[in-house]
Amino acid sequence: MMQIWGQVFQPGLFTYPFLIHAWVSASAIAIISAVIGFFVNLRGESFVAHALPRGAFAGAAAAFLVGASSLLGLSVFAVAMALGMGTMRRQGEKGVSTALILVMALALGDLFLTVGNAYAPEVFALLFGQLLGVSSAEMIAITILSAVLLLVVGAVFRPLLLSSTVPEFAAARGVPLTVMNITFTVLVALAASLTVPVVGALLAFSLMIGPAAAGWYLAKSPGRAMAYAVAVALSSVWISIVIGYDTSLPVGFLVATFCLIAYGGARWIHFSRSRRAPAPSQRPQS
Amino acid sequence: MSVEPAIAMDQVDVVLSGHTILRALDFSIARGAFVGVIGPNGAGKTTLIRLILGLIHPSSGTIRVLGMPVGKGRRRIGYVPQSFAADPDLPLRAKDLVGLGLDGERWGFALPSRSRQQRIQEMLDRVGASAYANEPVGTLSGGERQRLLIAQALLTNPDILLLDEPLSNLDIRSGREIIELVDEIARERQVTVLFVAHDMNPLLAVMNEVLYLAQGRAVVGSVDDVVQPEVLSRLYGQPVDVLRVHGRILVIASDSVVPFTHFEGVAHGQPSSPSPHL
Repeated sequence: MMQIWGQVFQPGLFTYPFLIHAWVSASAIAIISAVIGFFVNLRGESFVAHALPRGAFAGAAAAFLVGASSLLGLSVFAVAMALGMGTMRRQGEKGVSTALILVMALALGDLFLTVGNAYAPEVFALLFGQLLGVSSAEMIAITILSAVLLLVVGAVFRPLLLSSTVPEFAAARGVPLTVMNITFTVLVALAASLTVPVVGALLAFSLMIGPAAAGWYLAKSPGRAMAYAVAVALSSVWISIVIGYDTSLPVGFLVATFCLIAYGGARWIHFSRSRRAPAPSQRPQS
Repeated sequence: MSVEPAIAMDQVDVVLSGHTILRALDFSIARGAFVGVIGPNGAGKTTLIRLILGLIHPSSGTIRVLGMPVGKGRRRIGYVPQSFAADPDLPLRAKDLVGLGLDGERWGFALPSRSRQQRIQEMLDRVGASAYANEPVGTLSGGERQRLLIAQALLTNPDILLLDEPLSNLDIRSGREIIELVDEIARERQVTVLFVAHDMNPLLAVMNEVLYLAQGRAVVGSVDDVVQPEVLSRLYGQPVDVLRVHGRILVIASDSVVPFTHFEGVAHGQPSSPSPHL
């Protein structure tokens, strides 16, 4: 028994500095991604959540080119994209401006990487993340920024929830819908730029969508849905770090896989529950 | 001290992107009145509601709501939208949605408290929605959703209730139930009601005034005074007939009855009838 234990939790898992950085930053981004993911789901904005981390990678490439911090490059680029999407967007054409901005960002990323003569390992790290390569300065930045984002979500929680469910009513109560729209997109952008260095531009999306969607199926109220989402996200990244350290499998792959498994499981639980419960139409109608 | 009218419009024009949507609105609505806002599609009903809510501003003229300029005292106006979109899995229970009416526009999140829960529960009871208080809103019928929206709008004890075509997604029976509910609540709370509808007939028993909109112009008064051929013909700018059949009222474009005028309309390539509602 002790041997299995020793095999799973190998020496250094909780003591090596690079692993401590990994635990802390992965937990921070898991929490913030799950919470913001709830609103992504609520507003049906998966495409925006998909486009922002991907496009933000050009920001990291630009930072690499000029020798700035990649977190800064990611944030600046992602926020610029978010503002572009928030303002360009007209009713009924959600997808088009988002897609065009994504294409533009990816094209710039290509340009920056070529001009900067980036080597394959750096590009690879940007696309797939390097959880075990998070520096202590990056860990501190990621943790503080996640805490700030969490506070902002807490502050706009009610108006964001109201404007996402009954927008006309929210407007009648004086909630500025455009401002809420831009606030939401910028929140997604900043959360994405924290996630990209850890799980990579290509897989950051999975951490934002998977756990939130699992929580969606498990809970009946917004608070519970977020709590489940956070639990799923934290367990996914924690299990991924342990397995990744034991087996050297890529952490991004593991995170994406566990998020998907959790989503599938939640969906299964949801539908087996609703098969047992009476259908809504059997309730006495009013 | 005289009580300020619920809504007072003084020569209000609304121009949106170069088009005059509402012109020369000049009327006042007394406190406690039940007003049916009636008119064909495109007459400016929704614009009128948005004007009262302060979401758009008049290009000229003044408007006062409860004696204040528009945009102030938003919590004293209860707004009931047509419906809301929600997928069946949305993790939001009926009582969560209604609770947002209490303080959904405020910063932060609501801490659960007994008095808060009690206020929400009382309102759910009042609109007859307690049976599905814990159900996800996406599984509810149109009539059930409408009750929740009414409860949501009433939680701030508003003095005015604006309902934007609440009947448009409902079958006849649920529609009648919603009208009765609004009427009862309006009486017991002395709320001024503006009830927007395409057809005035379901409201004849409960409304004491009609605000008839057509071509961006409005006439306000009792049904007997307003729904007359001369008044409505002037409003539409075209001859209109009013038929009263078995206590129901039909407003019909005259040219759809007189063949000659009708032919003229067709000859010009577009029917000139002021959209009769039958």
